Amino acid sequence: MMNANTEIYSLTVNGKSHQVKDSWVGESLLYVLRERLGLPGSKGACEQGECGSCTVIMDGDAVCSCLVMAATAIDADIRTVEDLASDGVLTEVQQAFITEGGVQCGFCTPGLVVAIEHLLSKNPEPSEIEIKEAISGNICRCTGYGRIFEAVDKAITVRKVNRT
Amino acid sequence: MSVQVPRTLDDALKAIAANPSAQFIQGGTDLMVEINFNHRKPTDVIALRRVDELKSTQIDTKNMQITIGAGLPYQMMERGEIAEHVPALAQAARTVGSPQIRSAGTIGGNLGTCSPAGDALPVLSALDATVNLQTQKASRTVSIHDFMIGVKRNARMPGEIIVSTTLPIVSGWQGYAKVGVRNAMVISVASCCLVVDRINGTIAVALGAVGPTIIRCRETESWLAKQIDLRTNPTMPDNLLQEFGSRVANESKPIDDHRSTAAYRRHAVSTLSRRLLLRAHS
Repeated sequence: MMNANTEIYSLTVNGKSHQVKDSWVGESLLYVLRERLGLPGSKGACEQGECGSCTVIMDGDAVCSCLVMAATAIDADIRTVEDLASDGVLTEVQQAFITEGGVQCGFCTPGLVVAIEHLLSKNPEPSEIEIKEAISGNICRCTGYGRIFEAVDKAITVRKVNRT
Repeated sequence: MSVQVPRTLDDALKAIAANPSAQFIQGGTDLMVEINFNHRKPTDVIALRRVDELKSTQIDTKNMQITIGAGLPYQMMERGEIAEHVPALAQAARTVGSPQIRSAGTIGGNLGTCSPAGDALPVLSALDATVNLQTQKASRTVSIHDFMIGVKRNARMPGEIIVSTTLPIVSGWQGYAKVGVRNAMVISVASCCLVVDRINGTIAVALGAVGPTIIRCRETESWLAKQIDLRTNPTMPDNLLQEFGSRVANESKPIDDHRSTAAYRRHAVSTLSRRLLLRAHS
């Protein structure tokens, strides 16, 4: 049993172990990622699990990092939006958001990108309803979603070409 | 503040025995909201998300019942064995929040929080489920009806862990419906679970978010069973459906709050129950 009452614990984020020091152990994973580990990609908006801006992958599941108590996520495999592009090369999903104009203010984008990557990793050719379902927990107040769906369609096509 | 992350049920039981006032956290989808908004500042927390024993499901076909671990997230109830045996629970699970919430939120969390808007709770009530609790020394089983005692209040005793819930596998139609402000990602304004027991010719109707705890409409249930033979698959005449809906509404006890009004909720449960009864017999 692990006891995080020493206020020092470690988290495995994007394959690297990070020590969290001098923190209050009730802090959310979102707060720890942004303010303690220097990973500001995940965004904090509603802090109550409604907007999806803070979506990360934890042990293979998409979760709202604002609803994870960071100290309970020891030993979990946490993947954030920062893990997607390698050496500055964007993923098909990220690139499609740019080419299809799926970004306006950009605040929801990291969460949407993570949710869509998660969907496509499990289901490379989702139906329209499956796409809508997969991003039903991600709120965008700018685009009206049309261009986001176009970006998803584009990413699906490009991924298919790249991976066959 | 301390956070403990036990890996086994034994360790979790030891941890709560040593500190009976510690706060449990399951998926965190309720508690973290309160912490993020400074409404709660727990001193000691025991996280149950890593206890695999709480995530198992047992199907007992001999006794026709299913036992679902308290730590099983909603996403695991949407399809597969649970959906096959308890379709109303799968439908309720499907309405919880978003994929992000369903991968974290658990049935044990719903029971622990005991909000009248908890989506699994009307299903547990309509099926007369039992809640299985355990301490280091003993275990006990409590009827769901005795477990829920008030708004966010339950019969869990200090030192106890909610380990699972047991539901009967019932032969007959069952369904769950809810009303919220939009299609995805909502907390219930009103909800309803309807279960038809074709073998015994009975019906169960449970309502969520229209009273301090889940409401079972027992008068309406026995009234309907006297009107028609539920062992067959009768067509429901319009006037019967209407009266069923208004009887259900009369048994609800809604209030005005930040989410809706009592009048709307009464209307909503009348419509939801009528719709479910119609679906059950079409």
